[in-house]
Amino acid sequence: MKLRAILIMTVYAILVAMTSLWMAKQSYSWFPPEAAAEAKLLDDLFSLFTGLGTFIYLGVIGPFLYSLVFHRASKYDMSDGPPIEGNTWLEIVWTAVPLVLVLTLSFVSYRTYEKMAVRGPMELVHLHMPQMMQPAYAEPFDSKPQQEIQNAVETAPIEQIDVTAKQWAWIFHYPERDITSTELHLPVDRRVRFTLRSQDVLHGFYIPAFRLKQDVVPNHEIDFELTPVKTGTYRLRDSMFSGTYFAANQADVVVQPFNEYQQWLADAAAGLPTPAFNQAAFEYSRANEREGATKDKVAIRGWDTIPPASPPVVNYAPKHEPDSPPA
Amino acid sequence: MTNISIEAPEAVRGQPYPGAPDNWKRFFTFSTDHKVIGIQYIVTSFFFFLIGGTLSMVMRGELITPDADLVDRTVYNALFTMHGSIMLFMWTFPVLVGLGNYLVPLMIGARDMAFPRLNAVSFWMVPVVGILMLASFLVPGGPSQSGWWAYPPVSLQNPTGNLLNGQVLWILAVAISGVSSIMGGVNFVTTIFKMRSPGMTWFRTPAFVWSVLAAQLIQLYGLPALTGGAIMLLLDLTIGTSFFTPERGGNPILYQHFFWFYSHPAVYVMILPAFGMFSEILPVHARKPLFGYRVIAASSILITVVSGLVWVHHMFASATPSWMRILFMVTSMLVAIPSGIKVFGWVATIWGGKIRFTTPMLFALGGISNWLFAGITGIFLASVPIDIHVNNTYFVVGHFHYVLYGAIVMGIYAGIYHWFPKMTGRMYYEGLGKLHFALTYLGTALTFLPMHPLGLMGMPRRVASYDLEFAYWNVIASIGGFLLGLSTLPFILNMVSSWIRGEKVGNNPWRAYGLEWLTSSPPTVENFEETPLVVSGPYGYGRNQPLVGNIPNPGLTEFPESLTQQQTS
Ligand code: HEM
Ligand SMILES: [Cu+2]
Ligand SMILES: [Cu+2]
Repeated sequence: MKLRAILIMTVYAILVAMTSLWMAKQSYSWFPPEAAAEAKLLDDLFSLFTGLGTFIYLGVIGPFLYSLVFHRASKYDMSDGPPIEGNTWLEIVWTAVPLVLVLTLSFVSYRTYEKMAVRGPMELVHLHMPQMMQPAYAEPFDSKPQQEIQNAVETAPIEQIDVTAKQWAWIFHYPERDITSTELHLPVDRRVRFTLRSQDVLHGFYIPAFRLKQDVVPNHEIDFELTPVKTGTYRLRDSMFSGTYFAANQADVVVQPFNEYQQWLADAAAGLPTPAFNQAAFEYSRANEREGATKDKVAIRGWDTIPPASPPVVNYAPKHEPDSPPA
Repeated sequence: MTNISIEAPEAVRGQPYPGAPDNWKRFFTFSTDHKVIGIQYIVTSFFFFLIGGTLSMVMRGELITPDADLVDRTVYNALFTMHGSIMLFMWTFPVLVGLGNYLVPLMIGARDMAFPRLNAVSFWMVPVVGILMLASFLVPGGPSQSGWWAYPPVSLQNPTGNLLNGQVLWILAVAISGVSSIMGGVNFVTTIFKMRSPGMTWFRTPAFVWSVLAAQLIQLYGLPALTGGAIMLLLDLTIGTSFFTPERGGNPILYQHFFWFYSHPAVYVMILPAFGMFSEILPVHARKPLFGYRVIAASSILITVVSGLVWVHHMFASATPSWMRILFMVTSMLVAIPSGIKVFGWVATIWGGKIRFTTPMLFALGGISNWLFAGITGIFLASVPIDIHVNNTYFVVGHFHYVLYGAIVMGIYAGIYHWFPKMTGRMYYEGLGKLHFALTYLGTALTFLPMHPLGLMGMPRRVASYDLEFAYWNVIASIGGFLLGLSTLPFILNMVSSWIRGEKVGNNPWRAYGLEWLTSSPPTVENFEETPLVVSGPYGYGRNQPLVGNIPNPGLTEFPESLTQQQTS
């Protein structure tokens, strides 16, 4: 009996471990493309959490389901179960093990955060761990993304871009050439530094393909850094609820090779400022036109709203909604 | 306030005050009987649960297609704001206060709450809050549209310029609800400290009472912060002060600290009583003592303390400095420990037991399994880098609905079924109960599981329209949402019909330990004819020991009757 129990537990533990590994691998497919070095760091961290999380989930739910199946009272059995009140050893173990686990997870998360250095490399200095601890946890993961960040920081001058959020538009300003755009163009493999500003309420600067977001706060300049590593078109979304047309406050993010990026800057500098397409302004004007009645409109009319700012006038102004391909 | 037994034998079916009605009409009076008030709370809040649920179904209707084509965007924003606010302030908080009100005095052998009149006043503020919330649909500009967080500056934008607007009504409603909760907190804490029966030491006090105490202590330390923040917001909105208005030099982030200092612990105000009910229900239907009772009881208080130190995890993406992010990451991870201890204790409780799949047991087990899942995604959210990606996405919405619906609402259902025979003297219909459970469990998974992948893909929360790539999972979530709506029908049918003509099952149909099962069903106004003298701890299953010394313990020390056999007493 004892032997059988140990056998069953061993087999179950192996199954759980294998499933957890499989889930950890699987977790990479739940995300949009990894378009920034930071995204790779995050996906590794998430994979670790998924593996451990699956392990804990199955480790608990297994015995739970086992007793539901095998420890049921038969119909006329009115007796009680054994009066076990507790077990000090078990209780110490299941306090200590999770404690070690969450402290480890905190530490690994901290390391990942430090590598991302999204608030600039200097900011974390006072948090650095004593040097002697370094070897103990040397690079739990693939160190390539960190290398990419390092290279980007060291080899190329940082690209500075000013971001302005308002109800409901994003405007990107490239100070070097004094260009504005409603589409965010970025050079690949270079560290980019944004300065985020809001003209009215809170907004959230969120690019899922980069796995990064930062709230934008009025009267507050926030610096934010990242390194795109994959060319393509991605979506920028407003992640902090900002009022009526919040959901429509999106923009395209175009990551391109450095020379194309330069070309784009030059073209945009030559372009005259024109009003861009703006989804919020478009919907607002449509909702308020007297004619045209109900077709094309919603089934239930709403209330007064803060009017959207007029469409931004910029050097580079796509005349359509964001159309980045589905992730 | 003392427990000196009152010599009034004919007052067995007595009255909280002379001339009070002794039929269904008493539920519509200013009764001071904690049992009447408890049921008033439960029924009122369930009504609002249905309203909040209806709003969510309109939202799911909008979200079944990517475009904002069913309701105007302002309407959608009002819907999620009012759905969240009603679900929290008008359903989850009050229904748990109702269950606590009904059960705590009975479980500790008291005749009523410490301050019965205050208790009635707290209850009658709840309908006022509900009416304010609903009335806000009728004022110019519609109800509040700034989410249940009401973050400024959005919450301070007032497009109609009217002084009487939805946001003002919302703040008033929340403030009144806060006052009601503070009064309730004082009442519960006093009751639990002062009115336990002779012999009921702390470690003979049922785990549910511990959890209510832990939850109500949070109300006492947390609510003042929320109330303060709400008053400043109201002043900014009405007379133009500038606490939080950036264009006049205020600081909108400050509001977030006020708000979350209360509202994070508030989730424990809601989950702790659900935990307490799991701890009561499992031993009864598995016929084993609660495993590690002392640790489970004490861990509730640990949660009270630690949950006060984690609020910034809701602000990782705000203008929060890195040191603060890391600090609050660690404290947030630590909350997992006391919660984990409870789950392990529950699993060990049913292990080797004599399990019966009654409806309350099914809901308790289902709730625990959902909590396990939600707790694990909670650890994900505590990690700063992960949260920076999923914060304000549907991943969070999936996580907190797994807590709120999967664990708390399931726990509430478990409690209602378990104590239904005590409240009414009748048994609910098992078949309908099981149907209700199956629909609820399936509906929860269908609605809220798909939200996790949506969040990982980058779908923000609070959006009326979304991009095409999110359509697939949203359709599934919407179908699940409608199923959840459907699932309430067998419940309502069950409650109404079995209250009217369910089988009479006597005082202790579950053969359960616990003072509440020693008195009649439903209990008389004074609860106990004689104050019970507690001689042993709770959950004495398998040990054949009496729970109290001075009254017979029918059904506890011997079990001659079958489960369903009718008792008369
Ligand atoms: C039929 C069941 C339910 C469905 C289909 C449902 C659906 C939803 C949806 C679609 C949202 C909007 C998410 C977003 O965009 O942020 C939401 C938000 C919310 N729900 Fe539910 N929900 C249900 C039950 C509940 C319950 C039982 C509770 C509480 C006990 C609850 C509490 C909340 C809260 C607090 C919010 C956040 C509101 C806000 O963002 O301001 N929900 N729900
Ligand atoms: Cu739609
Ligand atoms: Cu929290």
